[in-house]
Order: sequence, then structure tokens, then C-alpha cells
Amino acid sequence: MQDLDPILQARDLSVYYDTKKVVTDVNLDVARNRITSIIGPSGSGKSTLLRCFNRMNDLIPSARVEGQVLFDGLDLYGHNVDPTEIRYLIGMVFQRPNPFPKSIYDNVAFGPRINGFKGDIDELVERSLRRAALWDEVKDRLKTSGLSLSGGQQQRLCIARALAVEPSVILMDEPCSALDPIATLAIEELMHELSEDYSIIIVTHNMQQAARVSHYTAFLMVEEARVGFMVEFGESRKIFTNPEDERTEAYITGRFG
Amino acid sequence: MAVISQTDFQKGKARRKWMGRAFHGLCLLSVGIALTMLAVLLVYLLIQGTTRINWSFLTSFASRHPDQAGIKAAMFGSIYVVIIAGVVAFTLGVATALYLEEYAARSKFARLAKINIANLAGVPSIVYGILGLEIFVRSLYLGKSVLAGGFTLALLVLPIVIVAASEAIQAVPPSLREGAYALGATRWQVVWRMVIPQAMPGIMTGVILAVSRALGETAPLIAMGALTFVPFTPDSPFSRFTVLPIQIFNWTSRPQEGFQEAAAAGIIVLLVVLLVMNAGAVILRARFQNKWEG
Repeated sequence: MQDLDPILQARDLSVYYDTKKVVTDVNLDVARNRITSIIGPSGSGKSTLLRCFNRMNDLIPSARVEGQVLFDGLDLYGHNVDPTEIRYLIGMVFQRPNPFPKSIYDNVAFGPRINGFKGDIDELVERSLRRAALWDEVKDRLKTSGLSLSGGQQQRLCIARALAVEPSVILMDEPCSALDPIATLAIEELMHELSEDYSIIIVTHNMQQAARVSHYTAFLMVEEARVGFMVEFGESRKIFTNPEDERTEAYITGRFG
Repeated sequence: MAVISQTDFQKGKARRKWMGRAFHGLCLLSVGIALTMLAVLLVYLLIQGTTRINWSFLTSFASRHPDQAGIKAAMFGSIYVVIIAGVVAFTLGVATALYLEEYAARSKFARLAKINIANLAGVPSIVYGILGLEIFVRSLYLGKSVLAGGFTLALLVLPIVIVAASEAIQAVPPSLREGAYALGATRWQVVWRMVIPQAMPGIMTGVILAVSRALGETAPLIAMGALTFVPFTPDSPFSRFTVLPIQIFNWTSRPQEGFQEAAAAGIIVLLVVLLVMNAGAVILRARFQNKWEG
């Protein structure tokens, strides 16, 4: 644990919706070029916590964030930080594949275009689709709608879209929950490959998935008195075989949640 | 043992089937009445009006002599006024809807504004005429001009455009906005590249309704001082003008049989102008319709 090289660090992070606290005092280090999974029962604030890392919570008028998120030492919630720049550096893939109603090509080119990309966009689109393991399936129909793809392909298109702006971190909010097992497997393999170059945080309901793909795991919980607090964090191998906290053990063995 | 006896069930079933057929018939009857009325109206107009529809009717100005009276001034007046009204209402309406839905969304102000705008759609049109007279004709010194008429009708149809545009914007899936924001898009980029293109077909539907409404309006334009007898076509935005419904109304109130025929012919022209303008808007809408859906 000591040798963890953090790219993102949450410090005493709390999130409120109006006056309701949904994430409570989370301290979490996210390792560079590793996969960190966030697990926990429904309502434990997993997605809300994830959305703190690219300031997507800013889009919800009633949401308020306290504490710090350090991105290579820079506080994402500091005074002069522009959330759009954060989202350019930290990409996101959503629970339901949400390709834009545009061609496959334009889906991938959207991010670079809006951010003022000046280079060879054809090459960038191809590279991004290759990285997302989708190129071979779509190279002959780049001009067809992104919505004509299957669910799993759509999700890989969304990953390609996120990769096209070359972020250093990719946030994944239950990226496989709307997919069948074969498509899920493809995404998991892809995540494994991507972790060589990207730091990935994945929120998942699926504990087998967290155990399979992630290097580190954070377990969040919800109780009467406290909502969205972190019970345990550590290497996934340890969390899933020999957790320190009995609540973690109860959760991973399926005794609740 | 079933909770309903066999005889009760059979009796009920016959009754339910009969009700279903009766309702079907009732709906069909309603359609029949509506279509028959329309057909009668059209046939009546065509019989009365076709004799007057010819090139000289379209290219002549109003006249005291029924057989020389033409529709040219009113036709051009209507087209100009409705184009101004459409463009102004579209621009203001879409901007207003974008503000209410994207910028001030969920604020108390936005909610209050939307309720009031929906109510404005029900205000009698003559009230807009008086408003137009005060604001555009008098305060802004536009005179009883094409421009003032267009602006007045724009005010009248603005609520229709705003309500339609708001609904179209609301119907844009939040997941698309999130997807764009997550790539580092600014609000401006999300609005221009995601929301407006997606909402455009719905917005155009509102514009079609608005243009149809504006084309048929008489009262507000009379209230703001449009002319009834115009021997010229508007040659500038500050020209005085008349429109088709005013001309038609004027003719129907004349005793001579010839003017009745001219009125019928005028209505046919009005219908054709309406169809052409709506067709234009429908074509525009089709061009915006997203070819990537599904």
C-alpha cells in the first residue's frame, strides 16, 4: 500500500444534495495506471463519489461538494479551476451507452473538435477506435449512425470517444450493467489493456467484476447515521480474500446489499 | 369455482363487445362530420371562387369594380408580414426557450415565466393588436407598416413557439448533454452542437403552427391600423399594407355578388399561400430531422 503512486486523491470529501449528505468524509487514493473499483450497496454514494472526480456533480444545481480532490497535487475544486478543462483531462463512460445521434466517425471526432484539435483527425479517430477494440468491426461503416451498433459496441464507441481527447484518467460508471455477459467480457478485457496507459476508476455492482479487473478496491456503505462512507480500501486481492472489516466481509460474501 | 358465473360472464362479454363497436362507430362518425364540413366548405369555395381565379386576379389591386378587383396587394402583404413574424418569433422564441430550459432550468423564475407564457397563448388576439399599436406604431415610430404588422403578429405567436421549443428542448435526452459535458464541452457547445440540432424538428413544428396562425389573423392587424383598400404592394418594410384575411373580410361585407366571388377566390389564394408556407416549413423540418436516429 505504501508504494501506491496516486494520480487522484480525495481528501475529506463530502457531497450534499441540498442538506442531505450522500458522501461522507471519503479519503481515497487512486493509483496511476491501475484500475480502482468502487463497490457498495445501492445508495452508498458510489456514482456520486465518481462524479466528484470530473466535477460532473456541478451540473446538478442542488449538489454541493466539501473537501478536496487532488489531481497530481492540484485541487480540482480550487478557485481558478475550470470544470470543462477537468473533464477534458478526466474522461467518463456512463452506465447506459450514450452515443451521440451522429455517425460513428463524428462520435469519436466530437471531443477533439470541440477542444480545438488541429492535427490529423482521421488518424486520431482510427487510433481511438483501435484502442477501444472496435476498429475492425466498424472500419467499413464509419459514416453510419453510432446508434446502429449493438449495446456492447455502443459502449466501446463511448470508450473510443472518451479516449479520443487522450485523458489521463477514465471514470466508468457501471459500464457493463446494460450489457450481456459476452459484451461485458469484451469491455473487461479492454479495461485491462487500457490500464497500461490510463488510470481507471470503475463503479460496479458486480463484485466478481471488481475482483476480476481491478487492482484496488474501495468499499462504500450506507448506515442509518452515515451515508456514503468508505469502510475499507486496499488491494483487490486482499479485499476479496481477506478483508479487515467484518462489514466488508459480510458484503462480499453476499450477506447484505 | 370462478368468481364470475358463466352466464354473467357471457352477458358481460356481449355487452363489452357491443360497447367497443359503438365507440368505434362514434369515432368514425366524428371523423366523418369533420371531413364532410371541410369538404362542403371547399366545394362551396371552389364553385363560387374558381371563376375568379385567374392571372389578372392575382396581379390586380383592389378596385371598386368587383370584376376588376384583385388580390395582389393583400397577397404580398400577407407573405411579407408572415415572414417577418415567423423569423422574429423563431429567433426570440428559441432564445427564450433555451434560456428557460438550459440556463435558468428549475429556477422559480423559469417556472413562473413558463406558466405565464403558456397563459399568454390564450390572450385574445385583439389585445396584441392594441399592444402593437402602442409599442410599434406609436412608441417606436414604425407607423402602420409591414414591419409593425410583422412584429405584432410575432408577439401574438411567440408563446406558441416558446412552448413548442421548450418541449422540444426538454425532450433532448439528458444522457446526450452529459456525454458532451464529459468530453469538456462548454455550455455553449452543448447547446449549439447537441441541444439545438436535436430539438430542431420539434421547434419547426411550433413554427409551422405559428405561421398558420399568423396568416389567418385579422383582428390584431385591423386594431394596429392595417389598411383595407391598398392599391400598391409594399415596397419597403415601412410601407403600409393589407393582408389576405382583411381583404377577404372587406369583400364579404360588400353587397355585390361579384365581391362575394372575389372573397371566395381570396380564400382559395389564402389556403394556397398557407399550404406553400407550411410545405416550406415541413421541408425545413425534414432537413433537420436527424438522419442518424436508430
